[in-house]
Amino acid sequence: MGSIFDILGPVMVGPSSSHTAGAARIGYTARQLFGEPVKKAEVYLHGSFAATGKGHGTDRAIIAGLLGMKPDDLRIPAAFEEAKKAGMEFTIANRELKNAHPNTARVVMENAGGRKMVLQAYSIGGGRIRVSILDGIEVDFSGESNTLIVRNMDRPGCITEVSAALSKEKINVATMQVFRHKRGGGAVMVVETDERIPISVTEELRKKEDILEVISLNLEGRNG
Amino acid sequence: MAYQAVEEIQVRCEKENIPFWKAVQLEDCEENGITEEESWQQMTLMWTRMKESVDAYDPSEKSRSGLVGKEGGLMDEYLQNEKPLCGDFVSKVIANALKMGCNNACMKRIVAAPTAGACGVMPAVLVTYCREFLIEEDRMIEAMYVAAGIGQVIASRASLAGASGGCQAEIGSASGMAAAAICGARGGSKEQMGHACAIALKNLMGLVCDPVAGLVEVPCVKRNVGGAVNALAAADMTLAGIISQIPVDQVIDAMGEVGMKMDVSLRETSLGGVAVSPRGIEIAEKLGM
Repeated sequence: MGSIFDILGPVMVGPSSSHTAGAARIGYTARQLFGEPVKKAEVYLHGSFAATGKGHGTDRAIIAGLLGMKPDDLRIPAAFEEAKKAGMEFTIANRELKNAHPNTARVVMENAGGRKMVLQAYSIGGGRIRVSILDGIEVDFSGESNTLIVRNMDRPGCITEVSAALSKEKINVATMQVFRHKRGGGAVMVVETDERIPISVTEELRKKEDILEVISLNLEGRNG
Repeated sequence: MAYQAVEEIQVRCEKENIPFWKAVQLEDCEENGITEEESWQQMTLMWTRMKESVDAYDPSEKSRSGLVGKEGGLMDEYLQNEKPLCGDFVSKVIANALKMGCNNACMKRIVAAPTAGACGVMPAVLVTYCREFLIEEDRMIEAMYVAAGIGQVIASRASLAGASGGCQAEIGSASGMAAAAICGARGGSKEQMGHACAIALKNLMGLVCDPVAGLVEVPCVKRNVGGAVNALAAADMTLAGIISQIPVDQVIDAMGEVGMKMDVSLRETSLGGVAVSPRGIEIAEKLGM
């Protein structure tokens, strides 16, 4: 990536692009992937996030992100109070996460009905992140592009179905990654696209027999 | 492909007969598939946010550790009541650098330029200059492009992260970027912009990253002042006709090499420098870090 706005920017709430802006981005991406308000959140901080997170507002930034705030939101310092207002319960604890990048956070989200999602992501500096684990499956994406995440059974034809659904709507695939637990078991496809992913695509894919779950992350335009 | 050398930017200026800032803008538009208007709008937003951030400073706020917050206000008071050694303009630059450093530590909104820890250097130089010398906003946005182009080259040949290159990569880079930008804004040529950057980088080469208690507060807030004042001195030297004997791209390479040779204890780990001074350790222990 080589935009001059990675050099001058991002616009963010201080004090650290990795520990504050990146942390907010992790919470925000988690909330977007969850797709609905988070009722209960458990946040675990690892490595440098655990060691210096408090002084950098990493804890507040993640909670702010989970409430839907972006890294430049002026309410980030008051995120705990905002969570209370929004009726979101949360816990924050330090935890050693195996083989994780030093700036890693794990977030467990739950909605009012008890549906859960677990996301692990790490901050790579400059306010950017990579999502590394989604519901127990290793993945690798930034959340900076429109992203389609498909959980499916590892059977022939699933990739074709996804690419057909996208091409029908004239959506261009930028990157595509396929991950699986084991042969014939659960698998995850992560597709980053140039265009927004309409609801019709996610709905069509949900009807397919071997597809268990479809999540889409659409960008609302450039941050700044 | 983004520029890998300041010389590449200068060559394009020559070839197409365009100013330095335009060469930076065009390359970025081509690279990222955006129009010149969109790019200008985005840069204007960055400039606007920088100005807002300077003005949002509140001397009564303190960082969560309590270590910093009032420094910008103290400098303002001193400036009003006394005769600062640095004179009116430079003293205002100092005050604004402190304000930005404090804003960042107090979790206010800033523009990372190129990083959050070094966010005070560029606005201290450019916003203060724009206001004190009554410069047209458009000229300042052009200066922002100059700084961004320089930053891009430093990112590709060396580093902008304290964890890889020490503070020379953060405050040093910000100072080099600001020096080239203000030199251009004062009418310096593309060669002079390169010299200004080179001089600023050389003066801060080897600067270590040693944050007390791991916080972006001590010595970071005041180092923004060092970076800003150094940028002004480098630009003035260049505009006086002084050149850097070492070409800017070679200075950046040297800086990258120094960063790699720097012991890990001096690269944002808080295991060296003032972070492990007796007082530094005492502060860290008191804060439970």
